[in-house]
Amino acid sequence: MARERPIEVAPGVTFPAWTYNDRIPGPTLRATEGDRLRITLINHSAHAHTIHFHGLHAAEVDGVAGIGLGLVQPGERTVYEFDAEPFGLHLYHCHVTPLASHIAKGLYGAFLIDPKEARAEADELVMVMNGFDTDFDRSNELYAVNTIPFAYMGEPVKVTAGELVRIYLVNVLEYDLVNSFHVHGNFFDWYPTGTSLRPAEYTDTVMLCQGQRGILEMTFSRQGRFMFHAHQSEFAELGWMGFFEVGCGASTACERSR
Amino acid sequence: MEDRRARHPSGSRLNTWLLGLLPLCVIAVAVAGFAVLDGPGLTARNGPPAEELTVERTILGAGSIELIVRNQGADPVNLVQVAVNDAFTDFRISEPEIGRLGSAGVRITYPWVDGEAYEVTLLTSAGGVVTHVIPVAVTTPDPSGLIGLMALLGTYVGVIPVVIGMLWLPWLRRVPPAWIRALMALTIGLLAWLAIDAALEGMEVANAGASALGGAGLVAMGAVAAYLLLSGVHTWMAARPGQAGGYRLALLVSVGIGLHNLGEGLAIGSAYAVGALALGATLVVGFTIHNTTEGLAIVAPVSEERTSPRRLALLGLIAGGPAILGAWLGAATVQPAVAALLLGLGVGAIVQVILQIAPSARDHTGRLLHPLGIAGILAGMALMYATGLLT
Repeated sequence: MARERPIEVAPGVTFPAWTYNDRIPGPTLRATEGDRLRITLINHSAHAHTIHFHGLHAAEVDGVAGIGLGLVQPGERTVYEFDAEPFGLHLYHCHVTPLASHIAKGLYGAFLIDPKEARAEADELVMVMNGFDTDFDRSNELYAVNTIPFAYMGEPVKVTAGELVRIYLVNVLEYDLVNSFHVHGNFFDWYPTGTSLRPAEYTDTVMLCQGQRGILEMTFSRQGRFMFHAHQSEFAELGWMGFFEVGCGASTACERSR
Repeated sequence: MEDRRARHPSGSRLNTWLLGLLPLCVIAVAVAGFAVLDGPGLTARNGPPAEELTVERTILGAGSIELIVRNQGADPVNLVQVAVNDAFTDFRISEPEIGRLGSAGVRITYPWVDGEAYEVTLLTSAGGVVTHVIPVAVTTPDPSGLIGLMALLGTYVGVIPVVIGMLWLPWLRRVPPAWIRALMALTIGLLAWLAIDAALEGMEVANAGASALGGAGLVAMGAVAAYLLLSGVHTWMAARPGQAGGYRLALLVSVGIGLHNLGEGLAIGSAYAVGALALGATLVVGFTIHNTTEGLAIVAPVSEERTSPRRLALLGLIAGGPAILGAWLGAATVQPAVAALLLGLGVGAIVQVILQIAPSARDHTGRLLHPLGIAGILAGMALMYATGLLT
């Protein structure tokens, strides 16, 4: 369901957002490779919208104006039906012109297709890197993962030492050319787009353009707080930073970092 | 005279005409020849044509943005593409080629959102860009639907405050002459502030328009024209019998203030039309207090003579009424050049009025800048400045 909804993106700052299901990012859609998907879009907003999925599908359901199902006008509904393929981490977003504003206003979300043979058990988290242009000058005033700047500074992401952490990282940031993810005190296995089960790189920093995404797998061995943030210092200090708080698990060995 | 007529007894009038027209004919032939021969001896321009486009009006309708564009450069300009917020959009243009000083309407299809900012980029055939920013998008009201609202607004900020200010008249009649002199000095201060304000406003408006149409010079032109016209009217009135000096002066002050209020109405109306003005009690109260002082300025000259209520009402209407007209014109988004000229008229009128009032502020030795006078002028300007903060 698409509709307009003001969202408080920072204390006292209300952003006139356009949302899927009243939230930014929209709901994460998770399926297993080969599943038949039927996604219904009901447009309760004043503007025409679509959902354009990244993935393999027919032109009919591509969510682009003038092709197949085309625009979903205010008050109308449309069902996108296709198979979940290929496995990996993808995204969906509105594909109506002016594109930049339909995306920047919040019409996007993560679209995760698990391989038939499930990945290893892990502590999982979806991180959609986004930003908000609150004064409509086509540059962002606020940056974040999952919409709220500095949210994970106040409430760190709690993980357990010795246990596998998997992050599904999607960049939808509009108006800025690139975004990035950097973690302190650790390295991760990087699976670009998540379409291979073999990591492409062992690193602590990745760079993504809009629409680029990938899966990170890492295990913390030391207890304590470790930052993660964009390695564009400007984005970080405008909101895109947070902490992992590594605690000791019941079963795992735990080494104090100091 | 007699001698020359004697030497040219017949057809002398015809000859005078011919002699007068001869240089004009030579100019016409020379210009035509120059154009036909394409300016012999002159090389073509150095470098690419300079494209100078100004957006004079922005009209926002449902799903559309219309710009009225004027070419103020020397060369014709072809508008070939339009982008809004860095994305090319569909548009229609009345005439892609805009000649010198010509204008064209560009109608852009765009689903703009209320309250957001947009940057419209016009791309010319030479690859140049003209950027126009819409700071806050709101639907442009249809001027014909605003007549009632603007009349009300003009009455609130123009007529009512001036009439309220005129209620000081009975009080003025009881105070000693020294007070009147001080009040006249205060009036000069008030008017000086208005003149400065109108001049700055006029230049701002003029600079927003096409500079080829005159720019800030139009303000000066308007000022000189109003000054000369009012001086003429004053002389004419002085020559007519039965006009009391005080009333005449009050009438001139009314006309001057009226022209100023025309400009004020213009500013309010146009600000409202582009959504830059929130019509609220604060604004109206601010203007009311601000303009009340103008009523005082009108009645000060007639404090020493009897004036019929009918004449006083007329004075109030002349001073306050133009605010209504100005608000209408402003809401109908008149040409910036016209607005600058109108504001200039206000400046000239006020300067003329100041000169007319000055004698009444002189003390018995004939000095204008006596301590009380100086204090009055400064107090007048301070009063206007302070009440202006409310608007």
